Amino acid sequence: MSATAPPALRDPAWTGRVFWMLAALALLAPALVATEFKPWLLVEPDALKATGRFAGDFLPPKLEPGFLWLVARECWRTVAIATAGMALALVLAIPMALAATSALSVSALPGRMHALPFAVRQLVRALLIVLRSVPELVWALVFVRVVGLGPTAGVLAIALTYSGMLGKVYCEILESDDRAAAHTLLRNGAGRLQAFCYGMLPQSAAELTSYTVYRWECAIRSSAVLGFVGAGGLGQQMDNSMKMFQGSEVATMLLVFMLLVGLADGASAWLRRRIG
Amino acid sequence: MRDWKSGPSHAAAWGFLAALAALTAASFWSLDLQWAKFLSADAARRMGRFLLELLAPTAEPAFLRKLAVAGAETLAMSALGTLLAVLAGLALAVPAARTHAGERALWRWPTRLALNGLRSIPELVWAALLIVAAGLGPFAGTLALALHTSGVLGRLFAEAIENAPPGPAFALRAQGAGSAKLFFYATLPQILPQLLSYALYRWENNIRAAAVLGVVGGGGLGQLLSFHMGLFHMRETSSILIAMLFLVALVDLASYLARRVLQR
Amino acid sequence: MRVALHALAARHPAAAAGSAPALRPVRLTVEPGEQLAVVGPSGAGKTTLLHALACALQPAGGGLELDGADPWSLPVSDLQKLRGRLFLAPQAPPLPPRQRVVTAVLAARLPRQTLFASLRSLVYPLNAEAARDALARFDLADKLWERVDRLSGGERQRVGLARALVSAASLWLIDEPLSSLDPSRAAMAIDALTSAARERGVTLVTTLHQVDVATRFPRVLGMRDGEVRFDLPAGEISAERLAALYAQREHELAGPLAAEPAPALPAPYCR
Repeated sequence: MSATAPPALRDPAWTGRVFWMLAALALLAPALVATEFKPWLLVEPDALKATGRFAGDFLPPKLEPGFLWLVARECWRTVAIATAGMALALVLAIPMALAATSALSVSALPGRMHALPFAVRQLVRALLIVLRSVPELVWALVFVRVVGLGPTAGVLAIALTYSGMLGKVYCEILESDDRAAAHTLLRNGAGRLQAFCYGMLPQSAAELTSYTVYRWECAIRSSAVLGFVGAGGLGQQMDNSMKMFQGSEVATMLLVFMLLVGLADGASAWLRRRIG
Repeated sequence: MRDWKSGPSHAAAWGFLAALAALTAASFWSLDLQWAKFLSADAARRMGRFLLELLAPTAEPAFLRKLAVAGAETLAMSALGTLLAVLAGLALAVPAARTHAGERALWRWPTRLALNGLRSIPELVWAALLIVAAGLGPFAGTLALALHTSGVLGRLFAEAIENAPPGPAFALRAQGAGSAKLFFYATLPQILPQLLSYALYRWENNIRAAAVLGVVGGGGLGQLLSFHMGLFHMRETSSILIAMLFLVALVDLASYLARRVLQR
Repeated sequence: MRVALHALAARHPAAAAGSAPALRPVRLTVEPGEQLAVVGPSGAGKTTLLHALACALQPAGGGLELDGADPWSLPVSDLQKLRGRLFLAPQAPPLPPRQRVVTAVLAARLPRQTLFASLRSLVYPLNAEAARDALARFDLADKLWERVDRLSGGERQRVGLARALVSAASLWLIDEPLSSLDPSRAAMAIDALTSAARERGVTLVTTLHQVDVATRFPRVLGMRDGEVRFDLPAGEISAERLAALYAQREHELAGPLAAEPAPALPAPYCR
């Protein structure tokens, strides 16, 4: 009969913690090597000289009127590319979303969906996933080689990628909202398009529009990035200036870009608040 | 059922949307879009050939080895970039958050401004800028991801800190514990699962971004892609695209599983 | 610690300026080592009184003296040191859900530790024996390494009380220590608290809804509507006084359980 010993005061979680710490370090080491992570290179004399010169050029930013006019024009082109791309994306996304949503399924009204409509819906969804997953930069690279440098490549790249994104989210919004109205219309013999317009659109319109406006704001950012591969707009100008080490021009364009993004952010937030 | 048709406030919103439609029309008109070029027979033929070649990826061993190395590089870039962003984001989030009413939080606005600046510059632009300092290759890509993501995560972390339940911190503050101790003993334990969840979501985004950063010289699969596409090697391009999609799916799965574990 | 209140008035922190104070001018003196129970219906200002004593609320009028010093006129560093000598246990146990009990209890030592020591303690708990001994007095020694959210409400409350024993405070301010405990556990907990306070010569001020427990304290304060209605040794409190205190609020004599609403999480940022 031994007296009950007090519980051992070794931290039971200690072994586990040591194990995970070692495992993390074991993963970190090769990651550092693979990414050539050498922060000391940033402060080597040559690098410092180049950085210093480049960063020094940033101030003062180039504010010469001719250049500012160019930047303003490129800004407009960036917004135009994004808007045109979104418009095309809508043209593609809306039919696909309507085709893919199970809320408008006539065969599912009494019970389970039939095989063929189900397969068709899954196929459209797979198409949406593929469109979403390929980065828009890749589309832009392909289109630049097909139609040449310029805004067309950017518009098409945004159209395809965003049609996938919009299509998927529209589909989800339609499926999560109440289907009673649409189903009633379908049961009474209305066409699917009618059921959508009168039964689903009124309740989902706010959410759909809100998401579309948010994506338009993202598209503006994308379109600036696509410019780096030749799709025109502010990005292409920035790329040109960077290649020529014109720090003051880059500084102006960065500031203008941040302003543009901020404005679009604000406009989108205001619009979504009023609608939603 | 949302009441979307009534109210004078909605009139302004719909007016704006009409303006948006006008903007769309103006966009199409002002850009000199090469519809003719896109829809021409020549373009159609080229697209057709591209698509056909894209459906026939190459499996040549030497190339697959290069692909594996580039893939590992991209994965490492995304992971390391996200990790650095978590540390930097947390470091910036602490001054950017007002932890309790009555705290002066002098650094709040400057830090929030810095976070917004970091966020608004896309990863690709950061990469292009950093190549001047860090040279071509994955180092610039990692730093670019880290800088952009720290802006995003910093803001999310600051919001999490501000929304953390105040009870534990209140009791310790009443005992006179300093803000650093309060952070580690009262705030961080409550928000850590949320922070990790945000970080994992951003990792999913960053693997996609890392894959394409190489196009401006940021290393990894992107650099390989840009090289082969420039030479119209569509079969290699196809393999690279498949590798990209595979990597994205892998990270999405890893992130999902990790988040499931966190919720236990 | 010696506590003295000179016509102290205090407003609830969320109250609008110019509204009636939650605590009307209160005069109170507590000698070192005294044990005081505060009773009264909800809204009486008991919690406000505790928070005012804990220097968590700036007084709206009058003065507060802790060990002869006015905390609100001290320089910040001295005020922080003074705070290190008091301990406040709020009504809802202030324990982060995913923290382990050992860390939650040892957190009461933070005022005495350097930052480095406290960080080291997060990695590997220093002084876990002290936490274990404190928990043992509340019959929770076996929960030392558990996560707080794996405990029941009553167990969490007792962990919150155990923290007091680990701190180096000379003034314990305990808000509703027994609200989640059944009668037998409640008796054990209040026993442990009072005996520990007596051993260390700590001044104990606790609010209670359980009047039968309160009347076992040497001194009882009765509050209602922000005023002190009586301040008497337990033996001199009659049933009529208690009835008058709780007039029209008799159902509160058992002690309500306040449920805290869950805080809203921010929505994740979509790309």
